[in-house]
Amino acid sequence: MSEPLLDVRNLSVTFHTARGPVQAVKNVSWSINKGEVLAILGESGSGKSVSASAVMDLIDCPPGEITSGEIYYRGKDLLTMDRLERRHINGKKIAMIFQDPLSHLNPVYKVGWQIEETMVIHGTARAEARTATIALLDRVGIPEPAQAAQKYPHQFSGGQRQRLMIAMALALRPDVLIADEPTTALDVTVQAQILALLEELQRETGMALLIITHDLGVVAEIADRVVVMNAGEIVEQGTAAEVYANPQHAYTKRLIGAAPGKGAIHDNPLGTEPVLRLENVSKNYAAFQALKGVDLVLHEGETLAIVGESGSGKSTTARLLLQLEAASGGRAIYQGRDLFTLSPKELYKMRRDIQMVFQDPTQSLNPRMTVYQLISEAWQIHPDILPRAQWRDRVALLLEQVGLTAEHMHRHPHQFSGGQRQRIAIARALALEPRIIVCDEAVSALDVQVQAQVIELLDRLKDEFGLSYIFIAHDLPVVRDFADRVVVMQAGRIVEQGTTRQIFEAPREAYTQGLLAASLDPDPQIQARRREARLAQETV
Amino acid sequence: MTMAEQRILSPAKPEAGRLRTALKLLWADKPATVAAVFLLVIVLCAVFGPMLLEQVSSRQNLRGRNAPPFDLAKGWLLILGGDQLGRPLLARIVVAASNTMAIAAGAVLASMLIGSALGLCAGYSRGRAGDLIPRLADVIMSFPSLLLAVIVLYMLEPSVGNIILVLAITRIPVYLRTTRAEVLEVRERMFVQAALVMGASTPRIIFRHIMPMILPTILTIATLDFAFVMLAESSLSFLGIGIQPPEVTWGLMVAQGRPYLTTAWWLSFWPGLVIILTTLSLNLLSNWMRIALDPTQRWRLEMGGRKNV
Repeated sequence: MSEPLLDVRNLSVTFHTARGPVQAVKNVSWSINKGEVLAILGESGSGKSVSASAVMDLIDCPPGEITSGEIYYRGKDLLTMDRLERRHINGKKIAMIFQDPLSHLNPVYKVGWQIEETMVIHGTARAEARTATIALLDRVGIPEPAQAAQKYPHQFSGGQRQRLMIAMALALRPDVLIADEPTTALDVTVQAQILALLEELQRETGMALLIITHDLGVVAEIADRVVVMNAGEIVEQGTAAEVYANPQHAYTKRLIGAAPGKGAIHDNPLGTEPVLRLENVSKNYAAFQALKGVDLVLHEGETLAIVGESGSGKSTTARLLLQLEAASGGRAIYQGRDLFTLSPKELYKMRRDIQMVFQDPTQSLNPRMTVYQLISEAWQIHPDILPRAQWRDRVALLLEQVGLTAEHMHRHPHQFSGGQRQRIAIARALALEPRIIVCDEAVSALDVQVQAQVIELLDRLKDEFGLSYIFIAHDLPVVRDFADRVVVMQAGRIVEQGTTRQIFEAPREAYTQGLLAASLDPDPQIQARRREARLAQETV
Repeated sequence: MTMAEQRILSPAKPEAGRLRTALKLLWADKPATVAAVFLLVIVLCAVFGPMLLEQVSSRQNLRGRNAPPFDLAKGWLLILGGDQLGRPLLARIVVAASNTMAIAAGAVLASMLIGSALGLCAGYSRGRAGDLIPRLADVIMSFPSLLLAVIVLYMLEPSVGNIILVLAITRIPVYLRTTRAEVLEVRERMFVQAALVMGASTPRIIFRHIMPMILPTILTIATLDFAFVMLAESSLSFLGIGIQPPEVTWGLMVAQGRPYLTTAWWLSFWPGLVIILTTLSLNLLSNWMRIALDPTQRWRLEMGGRKNV
């Protein structure tokens, strides 16, 4: 076999932090050939992005230091090369796209100009660059490319921006394209489109594609080979199908085992007692209608999932329900009262019964308060729940119920991992002894394994405390494992609702079907079949 | 992340006395410790100086006019030299600390309290107050502060109280605008929404959740402003509408030494140096306080001065 295009050998990178040196990656070796798609899979903190950053010379030294290893590009070591030579390779031969395209496009320049500029810098004539830019925009699927080139980044949607980034990266016809979590911030249907585009372009140009991701589904969809990383080390590598079907390392097994969407669908007999009923709820922001008449019912002891893409109005529904914003119309009936017309005093009482767990616990927990203060604040606000003498014991009890220990109570949120923080947020919600908990994307920011643990915790607490959940999510496999009933929303309307089994096994509406087809399965074989089906449909 | 885990594994510290913890954190930052000691000395001078050295500082000694510093022949009081009337500079600086501190601290405290309270209202209320209060700041800012001072002090007696009043009014917009901007941002943070969902009252949200987030910024501005106010006071004194001799402040001493700069530099130099050192100390201390008050940053001090390379 010929020499690999990009070859990373025994790379070790250390970051010097105040707590002493931390080895971000230890003796990592991988290589990528021409025309190959390699995925680096790992959870947050696994060091999956570090080696790619080393390739692109993006590691800041001093805090970071490359302590050993070589990176060969076409047989030449990038790390010992002089600056000028390296700059010719970076961007021109090896290009990179990032998770958040908005922060990587300059907001004050037209996008066409920005793409042209990359080419002009590397020695293309301006006029030539202009025609090439428009051709590129057309190629990555931007409608009306000539007009689009005259627009600014904020005038595009998230998916289109990622297309722009791809166009910019491809402008110089690189040999290697590195994509760092390219679709994590995107909706499922858009994610599917972007991955399909990347795959097409890769096949067309014969470049090597390196995808860095935490998502087994992305690996299954696009990768030929996969490198699994944990705590700075490569634990396993092989072809995507092989690693999924026959994982060798215990970590890989756990990771695959934790992937959502494989568990049993809940077939609980549905509760019949409605706790909460929304009737024709609407919300307008000036002329924009965010919600257009939503009706839904939450039954006692039920987990009701609301799914939909960004802009579907699922979070707005939650915000109205919790009275973080005023509704423009409709009613929300709870215990015979309309939540939207409560007086401040009645609202304060109602707050006890309906609680919320937010998406990002890093932001929803006040960084200056200790865990004890965070949880006991609930009783400061509602003093009739618990006498002060019992606060300490109850905090300890709640912490144990969510899988932490009593001695955690004097620490601050930043001393915990993401999953632990979400447990604290759940404990805080439970402190008020609510009947309904609204989870707004409560597990989306968490790693797969942690996600599975938190879901399990929520499931257990539901029975222990007699709760009902409204579970807002964009991630369908998680919903499949957790929800009793599913409501699908699109553009401020409910398009379909039914039991989880009905929605996942026999979706009626085209929108729901599209959503399900676009969501990625961690099994490469299933994903390959779906892809074939999709291609067959396109050619027809 | 490995670092987060390490932190969790480290055993929880027993709750020591607050003062002791604070002193330990202060000791970890050596420049801040020096600054704190210096400020303590200044405060002691301000409190006890006038009692002990009032007499000495105002006694004229025409033989010691513009006496050069570092000359022990004329007695230790003239170690920093004498002023244009032969009064010992060292004693005058110590005595002037009292007025200077009273004016600067008074003006800074008053403008900080009023400015940030108005800023909180302006930032948090979505009603008319939110629109009107910032206009108030615009009105004050559009009026030249010196002109305002001249008018007010011409009409009123130029006493310490009135100078504090004038300086406080002119500095209010700084706090008002900063506080308002920060509140607008913090108000939208998730943990504020989480508190709302729990049913927290408006005072609780403002004082428990928003205030602690903006306090470090306000304190930092206040320490910077301290220097500004000291200098503003000296320019008022220079115009003759500030502190009136024989009362004395550092700013006034700098102003009075100006005609002699070419022949006797020490007249302005020593009080100027004290102003600089006081400001510098305040800055160092406020920087330390910002870190010590933030639980996510505090480990930098607990580490014991080892710097992030």
